[in-house]
Amino acid sequence: MTRNLKSALFSAVLVLLVAYPILGLKLDIVGVNLAVVGASTNTVLVIFGAALLMFLRVLYNEQISAMWRSRPQKQLVSSRASNFMTLPSTQRWFLGAIIIVALVWPFFGSRGAVDIATLILIYVMLGLGLNIVVGLAGLLDLGYVGFYAVGAYTYALLQHYYGFGFWICLPLAGLASATFGFLLGFPVLRLRGDYLAIVTLGFGEIIRLFLRNLTDLTGGPNGISNIEKPTLFGLTFERKAAEGMQTFHEYFGLEYNSVNKVIFLYLVALLLALAALFVINRLLRMPIGRAWEALREDEIACRALGLNPTIIKLSAFTLGAAFAGFAGSFFAARQGLITPESFTFLESAIILAIVVLGGMGSQLGVILAAVVMILLPELLREFSEYRMLGFGALMVLMMIWRPQGFLPMQRPVMKLKGER
Amino acid sequence: MSRPLLQASGLSMRFGGLLAVNGVGLTVNEKQVVSMIGPNGAGKTTVFNCLTGFYKPTAGTILLDGEPIQGLAGHEIARKGVVRTFQNVRLFKEMTAVENLLVAQHRHLNTNFLSGLFKTPSYRKSEREAMEYAEHWLEAVNLKEFANRPAGTLAYGQQRRLEIARCMMTRPRILMLDEPAAGLNPKETEDLKALIGLLRNDHNVTVLLIEHDMKLVMSISDHIVVINQGTPLADGTPEQIRDNPDVIKAYLGEA
Repeated sequence: MTRNLKSALFSAVLVLLVAYPILGLKLDIVGVNLAVVGASTNTVLVIFGAALLMFLRVLYNEQISAMWRSRPQKQLVSSRASNFMTLPSTQRWFLGAIIIVALVWPFFGSRGAVDIATLILIYVMLGLGLNIVVGLAGLLDLGYVGFYAVGAYTYALLQHYYGFGFWICLPLAGLASATFGFLLGFPVLRLRGDYLAIVTLGFGEIIRLFLRNLTDLTGGPNGISNIEKPTLFGLTFERKAAEGMQTFHEYFGLEYNSVNKVIFLYLVALLLALAALFVINRLLRMPIGRAWEALREDEIACRALGLNPTIIKLSAFTLGAAFAGFAGSFFAARQGLITPESFTFLESAIILAIVVLGGMGSQLGVILAAVVMILLPELLREFSEYRMLGFGALMVLMMIWRPQGFLPMQRPVMKLKGER
Repeated sequence: MSRPLLQASGLSMRFGGLLAVNGVGLTVNEKQVVSMIGPNGAGKTTVFNCLTGFYKPTAGTILLDGEPIQGLAGHEIARKGVVRTFQNVRLFKEMTAVENLLVAQHRHLNTNFLSGLFKTPSYRKSEREAMEYAEHWLEAVNLKEFANRPAGTLAYGQQRRLEIARCMMTRPRILMLDEPAAGLNPKETEDLKALIGLLRNDHNVTVLLIEHDMKLVMSISDHIVVINQGTPLADGTPEQIRDNPDVIKAYLGEA
């Protein structure tokens, strides 16, 4: 009991120590100076209330968990439902339904919603790409945003200096990112786990700093602006077409409406995300996909069976990077302006969170997690100060209740001959 | 007399100041079962690691069918047909049994990116053949009903058998088993013995094994190599080894 009391007191004091300076004190301008003032009595009361709750929670920890256990065992998601949800056949149906809905709704949705959906699709692409590296090949990559940046800047620079269009630059951007992935792959091949994470983290930062300091080429911190949007077979969606081009609304004799542009961008993103989904889905079931997983499971056994770990790792890095490149060039086209600050470590962390939340290796899981991760901050705009708190809470809850992710990957079942 | 398939001579492996293997030589003839025995820590597994390219031997030559292979990387030696198992089972535990077997056939499959993307007929054919081959071996090691179970959930003896089947997927010329009977019960050991016999007689595989189970070693080996403290101690047929005073001394200690 005394030990419980001790740890309960400790927890309560910890709550006070953490919460009071953050929530209980405020900076205010008094005349020309800043002064620290206490928050309202209500806030202070809430903090003390929270500390008290924490105290009781820890003090009666055993009784509470006993109460939980004595209740009839009812899982958050029943195991049967969870199994059903992760069956490949169910996922395929789900995917089909999602695709149809995704194709139809933007014509009825609001402009803001379509815009957010486009952003979600970019993250779906990134999540699917990183899923190859982290989820399948088991190589923890914290610098994935570096490849995203390479893709974005490839398009932006080619467009800015040579006037290349989006559709030509898209494969080029993928190629450029893949090259970078390949080059990064070489030095890090010998590394695993934590060491690999640190080196890739450094790589992501190097790319960002490079872009920021190469002022002559990339415009430094100001970035590159006025990047062209994609066109539909040469038809632009701007109000006025550049020389030698035609606008979409003139060609089809429609009234100019800026929503068209948003919907078109959304559809392009959808197309790219679906292409990524299709390709990666196939990769999973190809020999190379199996080899990635085998490498994650046991590298030494792979070598003993004549699989070359170097090539397998490099291919995972390269292909994963290529998808980031595609996503990056689309991002540049959509934003019209890119700066190095779009590619901070936080982005890498979000993409990684999408992969982990969704369930390593699971594609539907990644899509779902991308929706949650991007939509949540948008919905929580009003609580912008506490957004990160919400993220953290979500992560902690996930790790407690569903450490395998929303929809963990299920192994494909291979039908043998002579079986029903 | 069949011709020698694997010949090692003067094999030495030094880790800093420790000479773990010193001048070991062995010859494995085609379609033979050769056993390597010796007390714990004698350097048997180190010899295995040298032969399969997991270590680069400090000195010595290894000839596979007359071709020197010492110093090659592990996967390169494996591709030449020298495939091994490990003392502790090293399956891909999260993957299903049949997937384990498919991975091992990687090198024999159509790995072209585009043909896999569009599922060309040649790709489908190669995948189908891989499945059939995997199925054939699952049946041979009596694991067909567990084909879609994750390998990590199989019983220990089953995992051992699956590992041997996985090696067979690579179409090896010489199969090196590192203590295949460790942890098996007598019945499973009998099955293993039958399986090794099957490999040699029906599939033309040469087997080199490390084993402590003397009953098994004596009954299936054509030839036995004894290693003690990194140095070769004796070399001969099971009968010769059984009666060799040096071997008895090394195993039982001086009387």
